[in-house]
Amino acid sequence: MTEGFLQLAIFCAVIVATAPLLGGYMARVFREERVFLTPVLAPVERTLYRVLRVDPDRGQDWKAYGKSLIVFSTLFVLVLFAILRTQGLHPFNPEGFKSGSWDVSFNTATSFLTNTNWQFYGGESTLSYFSQMAGLAVQNFVSAAVGIAVLVALMRGIAARGGDGLLGNFYKDVTRILLYVLVPLAVVGTVVLVSQGVLQTLGATTGGIARGPVASQEAIKLLGTNGGGFFNVNSAFPLENPTAFSNFFEMWMILCIPASLPYAYGRIVGSRRQGWTIFGAMFALFAISVVVVYLAESHGTPAAHAAGLAGANLEGKEQRFGVASSSLFTAVTTVVSSGAVNTAFESLTGLGGLVPMVDLGFSESVFGGVGTGLYMMLLFVLLAVFIGGLMVGRTPEYLGKKIEPTDVKLVAIGALFTAMIVLVFTALAVGTKYGGPSTFASGPQGFSENFYAYLSQANNNGSAWAGYTGYVQPNAPGNVGAHGVTFADLMGGLAMVFGRYVPILAVLAVAGSLARKKVSPAGLGTMRTDTPTFGFLLVGVVVLIGALTFLPAFLLGPVVQSLSTNLF
Amino acid sequence: MRNDLTRSALAIVVFTLLLGLAYPLVMTGVAQVAFPGKADGSLIQAGGKVTGSRLLARDVKDSPRYFHPRPSATDYSGSVTFFANRGPNQRSTRDLTRRHIDAYIKTEKPYTPRLTPARVPIDAATFSASGVDPDISKANAAIQAHRIAAVRHVPLARVERLITANTDGRGLGVFGEPGVNTTTLNLALDQDVR
Repeated sequence: MTEGFLQLAIFCAVIVATAPLLGGYMARVFREERVFLTPVLAPVERTLYRVLRVDPDRGQDWKAYGKSLIVFSTLFVLVLFAILRTQGLHPFNPEGFKSGSWDVSFNTATSFLTNTNWQFYGGESTLSYFSQMAGLAVQNFVSAAVGIAVLVALMRGIAARGGDGLLGNFYKDVTRILLYVLVPLAVVGTVVLVSQGVLQTLGATTGGIARGPVASQEAIKLLGTNGGGFFNVNSAFPLENPTAFSNFFEMWMILCIPASLPYAYGRIVGSRRQGWTIFGAMFALFAISVVVVYLAESHGTPAAHAAGLAGANLEGKEQRFGVASSSLFTAVTTVVSSGAVNTAFESLTGLGGLVPMVDLGFSESVFGGVGTGLYMMLLFVLLAVFIGGLMVGRTPEYLGKKIEPTDVKLVAIGALFTAMIVLVFTALAVGTKYGGPSTFASGPQGFSENFYAYLSQANNNGSAWAGYTGYVQPNAPGNVGAHGVTFADLMGGLAMVFGRYVPILAVLAVAGSLARKKVSPAGLGTMRTDTPTFGFLLVGVVVLIGALTFLPAFLLGPVVQSLSTNLF
Repeated sequence: MRNDLTRSALAIVVFTLLLGLAYPLVMTGVAQVAFPGKADGSLIQAGGKVTGSRLLARDVKDSPRYFHPRPSATDYSGSVTFFANRGPNQRSTRDLTRRHIDAYIKTEKPYTPRLTPARVPIDAATFSASGVDPDISKANAAIQAHRIAAVRHVPLARVERLITANTDGRGLGVFGEPGVNTTTLNLALDQDVR
């Protein structure tokens, strides 16, 4: 137990140390200042602008920024869908995999477009190397960059002093984030992973071992908080996550960018304390998650106890990670909206399984996906400012800008829309006969599978209670006779699209509104937003919205399981 | 609108070429040069044929001459992977766990007479996540060592030395759990102990 807690403590310390280093670097990139990579990358950047016909000096208001984002994303999802549907025609397909069926391809395409990486496909058994590289890995980069770009636009809106309402240039932001942040980190990450034994080859399956260019995809899968594994069992597979050290490194890659963005935000709005306050609120919720899941998993499951085993829950976990590193990975990947897993979530204990659900219930605002996490948290910050303002009886202000009814309405849409999708879609899945073919387990576990599927997809996480299936493969391997469960594929795809783009548009609208506001100087009565008191208020708002919205659903699934030793 | 369409289309082509082809192919080249064996999957070759990977468990559960890896829901497949998906409150989980315990006792009890269900190591009675987890706990290896020593007619101490040599410690001395790699251990057994 001591060794376990030591692992958790060291990991947390490393993350806290990373935040100012990487955060400071990213702040310079977002503000277009010189960084150590500028001499190498600036010429590439200029060439890209020329090729893409982008005028880097031309700013966009929120509508233009949003329009570019939507057009770009729509075209990209069509291309990805086309790649998956015509897989049989492409090169780099040593196994001769056939094209995917329309429903599974739709789910997969939206899944990668929206940075969810929900897996209704079996990577190593249905996708060619071309699909993995030119289709999925590209989206791993681009969807992450789009998420960060939206955050950067919001940060500029909050920090803006000019009042012209411009938020930056979408294409320029995406290009710079890719060039200066994601690609360099991914290159380093790939090399470290291969040094540990992760595959990186174009060679075909040999001796019954599926292979492929895994490490390059693994690196961006983690850094971009994507989470879609090359292999179906994701980061549990020894050739995707071979050692206890690679596991530590993978967890760091998942958390490094989301944990550093609050610091970057503090730098951009000109007050590091603002950044650290938000980081503190996120960190507190994260630490609680980690400890709860670790204690729960150390306790074991009713089923194992009934069979005569005493001790921790190793079902669905790998020996080299053990309970502590598996629990830590579970908490990291669900607060961060990554969805990479090194453990079968389906086999978590009742209470241990509640933690990923609650983490997702926070609408990925606790660290969250790259960019998406902090912009969701900033919506909650505005909500907390609004509530705090009501309490002290003053017009709510954030960093000198008045928060008016229109802003609060937009914030409410952004913060609550995803939750609505989750609950409505779960109700449809369990209330009609269509959810049935996807559900694997009986009792509360079966409910958890359905609920988690929509919770994870709508929040763009992508981890799964993997008993829930959207894909049936009767004649493995070779993708022969495979077919999708159309209902699950379609509902999941829609949940992912709405769960991503409705909040994004709300966030951009808020950013546009804030960018035009005048700044009034802080007075004596201004509620400060860089104090521990505000941190507590923020945690309260996040927990209240996360917990209140989903409490009845939590009760039906994991809470019943953790309170009962009955078997179903 | 037209500007956005053109730029997006160009961006898709450029990003796909750079990130979807150049990046993975360059990284493949770098990996193949810097870590040739590892990048290929740490393969084991016998007589010019690939027979497995040092990082993946092999199905040796029918042979008493080898250390047995953890139970697998996928028959130790390295090409089609899925989770066992056994829930914490499911009757089927209890029944499967019982079956694992019974099988383990049946195999090991003749060589470890004091073995009872409560003493069966947890890792030996639960499905791993990947289905090809090569590692078992030290306690599990210590029990199986008695069988190996008896079946192969070698002193227990010699088997235990091989176990130590094939044990991976914690990452950086802190992370994860120590594990005994059954795949490399079995290879070492075949080389050292006829």
